[in-house]
Amino acid sequence: MLSRKFTTTACAAALAALSCGAQAQISGGSVKIGVLTDLSGTYSDLAGSGAVLATKMAIDDFIANEKPNFKIEMVSADHQNKADIASNKAREWIEREGVDTVTELVTTSTALAVMKVAKEKDRIVIMNGPASTPITNEQCNDVSVHYTYDTYAVANGTAKAVTTGGGKTWFFLTADYAFGQALEKDATAVVVANGGKVLGSVRHPFPGSDFSSFLLKAQASGAQVIGLANAGADTTNAIKQAAEFGITPKQSLAGLLMFITDIHALGLKSTQGMYLTEGFYWDRNDETRAWSKRFFEKQKKMPTMVQAGQYSSIYHYLKAVKATGTDDTTKVMAMMKKTPINDFFAKNGQIREDGRMVHDMYLMQVKKPADSKYPWDYYTIKAVIPAAEAFQPLSLSRCPLIKK
Amino acid sequence: MEIFGIPTALLGSQLLVGLINGSFYAILSLGLAIIFGLLNIINFCHGAQYMMGAFVAWIALTRFGVNYWVSLIAAPLIVGILGVVIERLMLRRLYKLDHLYGLLLTFGLALIFEGIFRDQFGISGESYEVPELLSGGVNLGFMFLPIYRGWVIVASLTVCFGTWYMIERTKLGAYLRAGTENSQMVQALGINVPLLITFTYGYGVALAAFAGVLAAPIFQVNPLMGSNLIIVVFAVVVIGGMGSIMGSIITGLALGLIEGLTKVFYPEASSVVVFVIMVIVLLVRPAGLFGKS
Repeated sequence: MLSRKFTTTACAAALAALSCGAQAQISGGSVKIGVLTDLSGTYSDLAGSGAVLATKMAIDDFIANEKPNFKIEMVSADHQNKADIASNKAREWIEREGVDTVTELVTTSTALAVMKVAKEKDRIVIMNGPASTPITNEQCNDVSVHYTYDTYAVANGTAKAVTTGGGKTWFFLTADYAFGQALEKDATAVVVANGGKVLGSVRHPFPGSDFSSFLLKAQASGAQVIGLANAGADTTNAIKQAAEFGITPKQSLAGLLMFITDIHALGLKSTQGMYLTEGFYWDRNDETRAWSKRFFEKQKKMPTMVQAGQYSSIYHYLKAVKATGTDDTTKVMAMMKKTPINDFFAKNGQIREDGRMVHDMYLMQVKKPADSKYPWDYYTIKAVIPAAEAFQPLSLSRCPLIKK
Repeated sequence: MEIFGIPTALLGSQLLVGLINGSFYAILSLGLAIIFGLLNIINFCHGAQYMMGAFVAWIALTRFGVNYWVSLIAAPLIVGILGVVIERLMLRRLYKLDHLYGLLLTFGLALIFEGIFRDQFGISGESYEVPELLSGGVNLGFMFLPIYRGWVIVASLTVCFGTWYMIERTKLGAYLRAGTENSQMVQALGINVPLLITFTYGYGVALAAFAGVLAAPIFQVNPLMGSNLIIVVFAVVVIGGMGSIMGSIITGLALGLIEGLTKVFYPEASSVVVFVIMVIVLLVRPAGLFGKS
């Protein structure tokens, strides 16, 4: 009895000593995470307050499970999808408030702006919402992680499935800005590589609301598949109006970037049968269901892949901080890249040299209304796209960090 | 057959689609024109009131099972009454001041309304089904016209010209017009001018809400649906001439057509074409095409 008590005390003392040592390595005495996201605009449902909640859940769970000997704080702000607001806020957080990691960053332009600030100040950026591939190609740097998905991964999954499934001729409806064009380009490559043909495309202003003119052009092209290279409200409005004009089901639609919140907003009647690629589905297995139900209790919505990825990436980051005992960017980054990710979100996920986290993606088909048995029962998983195929291979990388 | 390399069928369908969008512009700019003409208020929350019309219809349908046809009357009434409250409590205090104050107040209100709906319903919006009677479509030979879109043109033109008739050809309209020209004189003749003005604002707002209900089955009902549209509608009002009733209706329809044509020939410019025309009109006729300088 006595010896056991002694052991416990000794351990506690040793732990205390260790923790003192470790604490000295944490700047400002705490690890501070800044969630910079769209809290009010087009992307606030797919990221937004749900991403802030996911971050908070990750921190709380980490403290409960891993009992770290350092303090963890979180701040959050709305970047309004504007690059200048995002970079100013990030700078302010890093310089005045000692933020160690800036995260989420939906909308590519805000992500690219913050990556520059973070590189200059030597802090970590973990991105979940933004989609464009330049983040890990031309614009890549060694302080950034692009975690959940990118345009290559979603376009690759959906376009390949639809083309090999018989949709050989395509027409693109493309949002006229960097993201839409990147998506169209990535999808075109996949369509052509799988023996399909692109008959044409039309670029619509962003954001748009009436797509009937553009849809009529797509209809006149006679293409079997209309590829929607846009996102958010643009995609949902286009789908709704395609049904109205009798374009579907004669021609089919392929949403190249869609989230479960879009399906929820449109309803199954107008989306049934559509293919889409996501990095996460809440109803995939017991693990995903358990986490998602906890999320649902607080948010009253099931998580998107961005929100689930947000949780996973922050937990992974905190583990790396604990393992290295420091919040030093280079050391934590090296640990994050070295350690595989195994949780409800990803199995054997790996952060590559270019900052791209590669993991399995899922090709989903939207269920018919009759097949949906309970709320948010929206997808059938048609195929698991293995990590190695899902993302752009390093051999095609345009990132200067990759030595060829 | 082709015109400038564009098949006539495609051209015809684009013109028709342009006319449908023009109907929305017409009905929204008409509301703005009435409010500006009679109250001298630049109603920046017009877009938010349009959005509220759509949301009231959606809430009525999903929570209370109230169908589309009832909403078409009830939603404008409810939002119109809210407009009356705003006029009585807030706008009334600003009539003597510069236009800018009214603009700032209504802009602030728009942000508040949009914020409340965003908080309650999120940003992805909600789906409103096309009423059964108007679902389906007809093949016109050159295009497939959804019956609902045809109904939008009919409904909005009826309301637009009805409003024009009421203001320009009836006694009530005459009081309204006289009240804005010289309110003291009209008041001295025993007419309750403040009540007329309250009614006018309520009616203008109700027009916006009516357009919102018309739009609900076409567009995703979402808290920001009005803010995207309102800037274009303001340009329409400026082109037509601030306060001109007929001007706003005709300009709305015409710009819808022009926008439709732009989408055929150079889609990238379709979001700017209205503003290019606005600049030209302001340079050549600063009071607008139908305005009195």
